[in-house]
Amino acid sequence: MDIIEKVIAKNGLIFAFLFVGFVMLFSFIISRKLLRNKIPGVAIAILAGLSLAFLGDQKGIANIPLFAGMAILGGSMFRDFAVVATAMSADISKIKQAGLAGIIALCAGVTVTFALGATIAYFMGYTDAVSMTTIAAGAGTYIVGPVTGTALGASSDVIAISVATGVMKTIFTTIMTPIIAKRIKLDNPHAAVVFGGLIGTTSGVVAGLAATDEKLVPYGALTATFYTGLGCLLFPSVFYLLLTLLGF
Amino acid sequence: MKIYGVALLAVCFLTGKFLGNLLGKLIGIDSDIGGVGFAMILLIGSSIYLRKKGWLIPETEKGIFFWSSMYIPIIVAMAATLNVKAALSGGFVAVVAGIVTSFACMLLVPVLSKIGKNDKHPKI
Repeated sequence: MDIIEKVIAKNGLIFAFLFVGFVMLFSFIISRKLLRNKIPGVAIAILAGLSLAFLGDQKGIANIPLFAGMAILGGSMFRDFAVVATAMSADISKIKQAGLAGIIALCAGVTVTFALGATIAYFMGYTDAVSMTTIAAGAGTYIVGPVTGTALGASSDVIAISVATGVMKTIFTTIMTPIIAKRIKLDNPHAAVVFGGLIGTTSGVVAGLAATDEKLVPYGALTATFYTGLGCLLFPSVFYLLLTLLGF
Repeated sequence: MKIYGVALLAVCFLTGKFLGNLLGKLIGIDSDIGGVGFAMILLIGSSIYLRKKGWLIPETEKGIFFWSSMYIPIIVAMAATLNVKAALSGGFVAVVAGIVTSFACMLLVPVLSKIGKNDKHPKI
């Protein structure tokens, strides 16, 4: 037993390959045999991942020493590298066509998120401009939240809430995208570019689109990647000032 | 060789990340703005150029396609390492704000998708 643990501890990333391979295999068998492909195997695999995250704490399953390698495989370095690689199968003319819609979607996404997020925060008892902006920023992405909160000097519990809001958005987007895709006509590259700009959480957008239709991933990822930057720019400055001008 | 493809991907990735961080610094935020997006555009551009030159052969492309096929397993690993507990225990406000804002933005997809679509003179 000792030797097995030692081998896995020293080769965490390799063990993560094996483990994720098993999760995928298991998910695709369930999808095919039990659900007759009604729910795609990818969606089940991602849900299985989210459920496994309950076994740990801050780093999900990676908090368990045996699965520490999962944090490397699922970390931002490998994620971004693989997402960039998907650009090889993207059609440049479709991106050009959707360019304007993508930029408008980015601005609309950040603004709508700010307006709704700040309103919800206000009605749930966070009535000062700093807390409202920070929680609304968290509703942007879980990176915009703490960046904004730190810049504005928000209290640590408000920053924690903003991170939790962002993670909640990622999870909700991951689960909800394949369910709602048909109704919002998210079935073509053009709509995927708009979707990425509106939602912005790269992890949620990529996971949600992967569960819907793999071909759409590069288009959504392309715009979503600009969202966090735009959010970090607008929330602590323009949006915060807007709230103070409104008298909060 | 496949490694040429992986190396091309790596150079686009690093250059994109550099541009993203540079843009962040110029604007005054210490973070990466659109690094992945720049990297994707670089990869699309350089692969079109190299293909025209006849340098990008299928064997080289396989090195890139391997990584593009790895992203689903990577996303599964990422989902498994999210702080799911904190998201649910971060208070009711986190759950409501996270869900309502995402849902509202999703409903805007069909509205904004109309922009520039099936336009005979596509706008830039």
